[in-house]
Amino acid sequence: MSLLKIRNLHAEVDGHEILKGIDLTVNAGEVQAIMGPNGSGKSTLAQVLSRRELYKVTAGEITFNGKDLLAMKPEEAACEGVFMAFQYPVEIPGIGNAHFLRSALNAVRRYRGLDEFDAMDFLPYFREKMKLLEMDDKLLSRSVNEGFSGGEKKRNEILQMAVLEPKLAILDETDSGLDIDALRIVAQGVNAMRSPERAMLVVTHYQRLLNYIVPDTVHVLVDGRIVRSGGPELALELEEKGYGSIETETRQAAPASV
Amino acid sequence: MALEIAQRASYLESFTEFLKQTSGDTPRWLRDLRERAFARFCAVGFPTSHDEDWRFTNVSALARTPFRLVRQCTAELTASDLVAWRMKDAIVRMVFLDGHFAPGLSTWGALPKGVSVDGLSRAIGNRKQVVTGHLGHYLDIDRDPFSALNTAFVEDGAYVHVSKGVVIEQPIHLLFVSTSNGDPAMTHPRNLIVIEDEGQASLVEDYVSYGAEVPALSNAVTELVAGGNSTVIHTMIEREHLHTYNFSTLRIEQARGASVTSHSLLLGGALVRNNVHPVLAGEGGECSINGLFIGDGQQHLDNYMLVEHASPHCSSRQFYNGILDGHSHGVFHGRIIVHKDAQKTDAKQTNRNLVLSDDAQIDTKPQLEIHADDVKCTHGATIGQIEENALFYLRTRGISETEARRLLLQAFAGECLDRMNPGSVRSYAETLLGQRILTLANPATSENFEESRCKKEDGGRNWKELA
Repeated sequence: MSLLKIRNLHAEVDGHEILKGIDLTVNAGEVQAIMGPNGSGKSTLAQVLSRRELYKVTAGEITFNGKDLLAMKPEEAACEGVFMAFQYPVEIPGIGNAHFLRSALNAVRRYRGLDEFDAMDFLPYFREKMKLLEMDDKLLSRSVNEGFSGGEKKRNEILQMAVLEPKLAILDETDSGLDIDALRIVAQGVNAMRSPERAMLVVTHYQRLLNYIVPDTVHVLVDGRIVRSGGPELALELEEKGYGSIETETRQAAPASV
Repeated sequence: MALEIAQRASYLESFTEFLKQTSGDTPRWLRDLRERAFARFCAVGFPTSHDEDWRFTNVSALARTPFRLVRQCTAELTASDLVAWRMKDAIVRMVFLDGHFAPGLSTWGALPKGVSVDGLSRAIGNRKQVVTGHLGHYLDIDRDPFSALNTAFVEDGAYVHVSKGVVIEQPIHLLFVSTSNGDPAMTHPRNLIVIEDEGQASLVEDYVSYGAEVPALSNAVTELVAGGNSTVIHTMIEREHLHTYNFSTLRIEQARGASVTSHSLLLGGALVRNNVHPVLAGEGGECSINGLFIGDGQQHLDNYMLVEHASPHCSSRQFYNGILDGHSHGVFHGRIIVHKDAQKTDAKQTNRNLVLSDDAQIDTKPQLEIHADDVKCTHGATIGQIEENALFYLRTRGISETEARRLLLQAFAGECLDRMNPGSVRSYAETLLGQRILTLANPATSENFEESRCKKEDGGRNWKELA
């Protein structure tokens, strides 16, 4: 059974239709990449999957692990195993990072019927995950993302992913604003999480990230529709030719598909 | 522009009766003080919203209510009734029932030598020198009718005297229990706290209700005298029931090099006015005024700060955070006066507010009057909502909406807690705050709060009505 099944998904924000009929199937163990030019709807897709209410689904359905994802609140989706690494992680002054991570982990564990972690169990569990991401312990005692550098924020996202162990990880433009060292560390963290039980959806504008996190499938999203799908070589082709060519192709093909 | 005292006869009757009852053992100076204050109150009446200091707070419903002066508490309370309000590690817990000292319910630890703690009524008799040297010397009854009213009925409250160089590490807990259960009752607790040079103390004024939820007026005044190089922490907690009018004035007189910190935590009450008025009278004094007010339902919480810099090289800091939900109304009025000679003044004021509902309201007003030319004064105010982005972020990590709201509110309130020294007072405040925020974070319980509040308002006691 496929982990994520999206059928004819239409979504709008503020009355503007952004997604115009997406079909996508992701199986456990797969890494799929969604590429596309600015404004094509990549981030909207990620936000809809993590159940942001701002994005209104007008048609279509999403099944996650056999359940209706569109009926879930963000926290329910998270507890069911959907995780999105934010393109712009939110700074939250006054909430300690460690406290936040523990609250999140325990919320998810409670939902899954597991024992909660107390402060003592928790720290060693954490430290191990942080080592993987070469993160400084100090980031635990600071407020969530507050004053973090771009690289620290993205590493903190992957740390959360490592802690929450989702079934589906959505990486929304995780490479944006990262230098090559940070990118390497983040990718290493993500790759360590690859497993036969887990699927990943890598949303990116540039091909660069896919050198580090090699996908099984690449989809190209243009104007709210997936216009092409292929193997990793499709990403290279896009890098070489740019999105312009594919957009032109789509426009030419569009009348035929009506 | 004063409001007619609709219940003039009732106040006059209370006052005449009060004078008659106390005539036997009242020294002349005290009788004069009361009479002068009552005459002042009668002359000016209650303030109206035309009065700049009362622009955002309407007291007309209070003015119309005939309050009965309580001189003796009729409720029979035992120590076990007070367990819920116990603060851990307090060296002394003085209990006041309707403003009157209840020694039988109070508990005493081993106070250091040179510290005297008693009811004001008893201190007037046996601590004459300190009392006559300070009582009524700082409070300006001409400026504020409620201060005049308090002084007219001055009789009992807390008396704390700390001799030169004496340090009390543990806090002194002053628990004011309002027990009214019949007609609207009024009490006018009066506290005198004198910390001599190099002394150190921490005091908590804690206002709670016991019994039926009927309207009551608690009009308290504290005169706090901080001697040279003394360190004083004063914490005010208001958590009475939702039919209470709670007026309080903290008048602080700071000598040279004194450091005074005031914390206010306003959680309860229907109409609350919290005046904090420090005068930095000696050079090099430092004063921090911190506060947190959380309103819901129809609550009206007014914070009136008047910081007077009267000497050079003093610094003052004001940090007030407000959280307002339901139809509540918050006010922050921060006035700073820098007198002509107060050069090198460093004054800062910050007021941050979270407004959680469309019907809640906040009025924030800085007011700087600077008569010196070499000073640094800054002020800032913000009004915002819970950030949708932050809420969503937390929820995508599996945290429920209620818990996410609670975390964000706690973080906002935490700014105020972080300014408190770690210890028993802070833990006490943290617990109270935690409970309050839990109710506020949960949309379901928050609505109930609102509903129950509205139902009770139907009795025609809505203070928001215009006269």
